[in-house]
Amino acid sequence: MRRSAWFYPQLAFTVLVAAFLVVPVAMSMTAGLTVNFFQGVRSGLTLRWIGEVWALYRETIGLSMAVALACLAVDLVIGVPAAYVLARRRGWLTRLLEEALVLPVAIPGLATALALILAYGTWGEFRTSWGFILVGHVLFTLPFMVRAVLAVLSSIDLKTLEEGAASLGASFLQRLFGIVLPNASSGIVAGALMVVTLSIGEFNMTWMLHTPLTKTLPVGLADSYASMRLEIGSAYTLIFFVMIIPLLIGIQLAARPRRRAPVREESR
Amino acid sequence: MERRDRPYLILLVLPAVVLFAAFFLLPMVRLMAVGAGGPQGASAYAAIVTEPRYLRSLLSTLVLSATVTFTTLVVSSVAGVFLQRHAFPGRRLLVAMLTFPLAFPGVVVGFMVIMLAGRQGLIGDVTHLATGQKLVFAYSMAGLFTGYLYFSIPRVILTLMAAAEKLDRRLEEAARSLGASPWRVVWDVIVPGLRPALISAGAICFATAMGAFGTAFTLATEIEVLPMTIYTEFTLRANFAIAAALSIVLGAVTWVALALARTAAGSTVAAAA
Amino acid sequence: MSVAIRLVRCAKTFPDGTRAVEPIDLEIRAGETVVFLGPSGCGKTTTLRLIAGLETPDPGGRVLFDGVDVTDVPIERREVGMVFQSYALFPNLDVEGNIEYGLRVRRLPAGERRDRVEEMLSMMKITELRHRRVDQLSGGQKQRVALARALAVRPRVLLLDEPLTALDAKLRDSLRVEIDALLRRLSMTAVYVTHDQAEAMALGDRIVVMSHGRVAQIGRPRDIYFAPASRFVAEFVGTMNRLAGVARDGHLEVTGGRIPWHYAVEGAVEVLFRPEAAVLVDAGAGQVKGRVAAAFFQGDRTRLVVEGIGPEPLVVDTAGHQEFVTGQDVHLRIDARALLVLE
Repeated sequence: MRRSAWFYPQLAFTVLVAAFLVVPVAMSMTAGLTVNFFQGVRSGLTLRWIGEVWALYRETIGLSMAVALACLAVDLVIGVPAAYVLARRRGWLTRLLEEALVLPVAIPGLATALALILAYGTWGEFRTSWGFILVGHVLFTLPFMVRAVLAVLSSIDLKTLEEGAASLGASFLQRLFGIVLPNASSGIVAGALMVVTLSIGEFNMTWMLHTPLTKTLPVGLADSYASMRLEIGSAYTLIFFVMIIPLLIGIQLAARPRRRAPVREESR
Repeated sequence: MERRDRPYLILLVLPAVVLFAAFFLLPMVRLMAVGAGGPQGASAYAAIVTEPRYLRSLLSTLVLSATVTFTTLVVSSVAGVFLQRHAFPGRRLLVAMLTFPLAFPGVVVGFMVIMLAGRQGLIGDVTHLATGQKLVFAYSMAGLFTGYLYFSIPRVILTLMAAAEKLDRRLEEAARSLGASPWRVVWDVIVPGLRPALISAGAICFATAMGAFGTAFTLATEIEVLPMTIYTEFTLRANFAIAAALSIVLGAVTWVALALARTAAGSTVAAAA
Repeated sequence: MSVAIRLVRCAKTFPDGTRAVEPIDLEIRAGETVVFLGPSGCGKTTTLRLIAGLETPDPGGRVLFDGVDVTDVPIERREVGMVFQSYALFPNLDVEGNIEYGLRVRRLPAGERRDRVEEMLSMMKITELRHRRVDQLSGGQKQRVALARALAVRPRVLLLDEPLTALDAKLRDSLRVEIDALLRRLSMTAVYVTHDQAEAMALGDRIVVMSHGRVAQIGRPRDIYFAPASRFVAEFVGTMNRLAGVARDGHLEVTGGRIPWHYAVEGAVEVLFRPEAAVLVDAGAGQVKGRVAAAFFQGDRTRLVVEGIGPEPLVVDTAGHQEFVTGQDVHLRIDARALLVLE
């Protein structure tokens, strides 16, 4: 394959950019496993830091996972039906709702968190529970679930499919569970992966909404970067990467278009 | 069928509406009210331009966001178009490497910058070996810039690669047949072809940078970006009215930037960092 | 089991104000195949959807199945079978699952469902496709599955909305024959919507020609073809020639000659006639003379566009081996009984 003269410089540039992004990740991953970062890998590998992180920040990891799963559950129950309604009725009202749902993503998390604190900060029980954080996460992640499901439902002729099912006798609920949901499944899966990934990594809102008893992983990370030695911060980041990378791979795989078996037209 | 399904549809969309109203709309209204309810009243909203400290913060955020956007667009176009057009072993790996930091929270990005440019960072070691002087810039504007670049590139590169796929190669061939040099082809055909995507991705990048908090927080620089100003006003100075007013202004700016992105691209987009 | 259908003063106005169907009265006998024929936007699909129960008629309109008023019965309970233009097969189910769907909704016992599905698969000759996914089927195959699915529940009436429009010409022809045979064998009441008049003529016991929401004519195919009630129907179904001339002394005088005239009308008049009503004859035996403007050899016949006989070019068909050149003179005899004077 003939390569133009520009190929190699561009390749070098691209590799440099990729390195810029990846090298610090690799560095922090090794730092988390090295005895002494200052001395480098020569000082030996150890799981000691991971152990310390686990001892110090175990609850944050658990809480982040719990919040992410709870966020997913809420998003499924609220977001999937909403996406269905948006797919069926494309009027100005539904478009307004779609716009509205995106607002918590469009404006900085800090602002949303501030608003929540000013509105509900006096509700003691609520304010200090992890439900408070959950609310912020749901606001932020819901549009992603809705959008993923809406995209899938919009790509099929939903109206005709439902009419077909109705002509065969299916009631509204039978259509919803037997036809609509199964055909939205790829969107639901993509949305779910997105939601969980975003929730685990959410910081801007969570930093404002958290209390010493409701710390999530990113909050703990900020803590450790500020007050702990580099190796601990790195080990903690390593744990975060280990949690997040499978999810990211999942998102990449879910986004790939499905291959179809070839269709042959035949005249009999 | 439409008419009889309506009550069901209303029922299904109600939870989302209630959630939004109770936990976003109401609090936002309250935020706006608090912003106007301080000792300065509604003029607190103007404080962003009248108070020197806030104005400085606003300007540094604007300048930072603008330069990051510009740099990101240039870097991402070159790399993105290149990757889109050439197939070679390892291409998929490169793309994966360039896009996976997408989900990193700002704090982690800040940490990455420290890894690169902090006191024990890679760049410091390399420059120390090369010149005897350690280059440490993580905690300065350059560090902030680097961090913002770090989380912007993955986002923008994806959008640009998708747009590059849709470019009509024949336009470039026509230009070349008329004698245009490679540079001219880039300027006269490729860049205009990518314009909607550039505007859209650029606006998202700008909005994200404006609203970014975690990175600046981790790097704890002296440079005050607007989100940090809002944070300190709220938590350290308990200056709720100002914090609220500044938040509303910041939110309005990012929302406008994203609305612009949407009209240029024609679909809903999101910013987050 | 097939029902007779009756529409009484059924009209349909949509929420945005468009009047899709003007009040229509129609009786369809049990076991009859009625075809709604017309151009896009004429209201034929809307009328079908009124029968199906997907739309409700404007107040005052009623739909009756075997004399029973079903106007307020939604489609889920109307027991109709519907085949859509885009097939509407469920992508999440395979072929077997699709055919079985209506039976599961009705909670038929598993054994009976199995038997019914087998029956449908063999009737539509798609047994080997039973486990295929929908996106692995060709257009013709999807069509068969759609039919099988609709028929599996033993509907009271079969409603088909332009089922062959999405297929290529050859497939359309062969499937048309199959559908015709199927409908006859099942002696099922069927309402078929199409804009293809050849399809309508082939399949319909009666045809309802529609235009702008109104019925232009109802009749058997041969009535529609040979005795169209209006110019619109005449020109929509098949090809029509227009010939303007002056009727005088028992002849219609036109530019190219004169034709015997049997109508009472005198003076300037415009008539319509089908291409097959004109035959090519030798120079001496012709009534009118013209020039060949274009000749299209179509295999079984040659279609000629002939100028100079009247103000407009005429279309004439002729069989055989004769080749024609542009500008060549031709002589025609036109069957006087085939001349139509219409509004």
